[in-house]
Amino acid sequence: MADIAFLALTVITIGSAIAALEMRSLIYGSIALMGTLGGIAGFFLLLDAPFVALFQLAVYVGSIAVLILFTVMLVKRELIFKKIEDKRRKFAGIGLMLVLMVALGAVFVDSGIKTMTTDEPSVNFRDIGTDFVTYYWPALILMGLILAGSVTGALVLARRVDEENDQRTN
Amino acid sequence: MTSELIDFTLVSVALLGIGIYGLAVKRNFIRMLFAVEIIINAANLNLVAFGRFLPHSGGQTLALFSIAIAAAEVAVGLSLIIVAYRMYQNVDIADFRSLKG
Repeated sequence: MADIAFLALTVITIGSAIAALEMRSLIYGSIALMGTLGGIAGFFLLLDAPFVALFQLAVYVGSIAVLILFTVMLVKRELIFKKIEDKRRKFAGIGLMLVLMVALGAVFVDSGIKTMTTDEPSVNFRDIGTDFVTYYWPALILMGLILAGSVTGALVLARRVDEENDQRTN
Repeated sequence: MTSELIDFTLVSVALLGIGIYGLAVKRNFIRMLFAVEIIINAANLNLVAFGRFLPHSGGQTLALFSIAIAAAEVAVGLSLIIVAYRMYQNVDIADFRSLKG
């Protein structure tokens, strides 16, 4: 049976996921998204994966959520509060969500993973480090290149070319 | 360790449903990015949960890769939002039509 910490984390995670999408203000929405990401980090702690939990906190709650907050602040004030959606589309979306949840949930409950339990100790984080530098080393290098490339690409995309005051044109 | 694998899987299914609802209904570029983030986190939760119950270190390793790639994706997505906002003065994706034939 699920214990109290699990139930509390479930309520926080799913509640703030709904709030992130439904809050009127985009700023409060992005703060609610921080709650979802933090709740997922809590789940990682429950799953005996403290290394991934701290990585999640550092990368998601620490940088991505702050990046989203700053982008939201760059957008005009009335757009932050404006809700752009269609009533009919909304009901169709809720129906799609419920059908998907019930169908996938039924598949999982019906499958064999319901009885799956483990008494073995959890994976040591040393194993993760060994994995990274032995079996997955090409993927690690590729990941570093992708990160560098995407950050450079983001900078190039968001750069504003100021032609009037550009020193090079003179 | 009292929770079972099925509990974590059901939470992940719920998050996936909420994310798909957000992608289908919302017309705000930033909110759609929120929905994508929620879906990615549901996938990460599944990876770590299965990695714990197998038990195998591959689940956590792949989750770390997934988090790093998601960070790259968000950086590019946010700069695309800034560029589109500069061009159209709006974040409604119905307005972003310059590629439409």
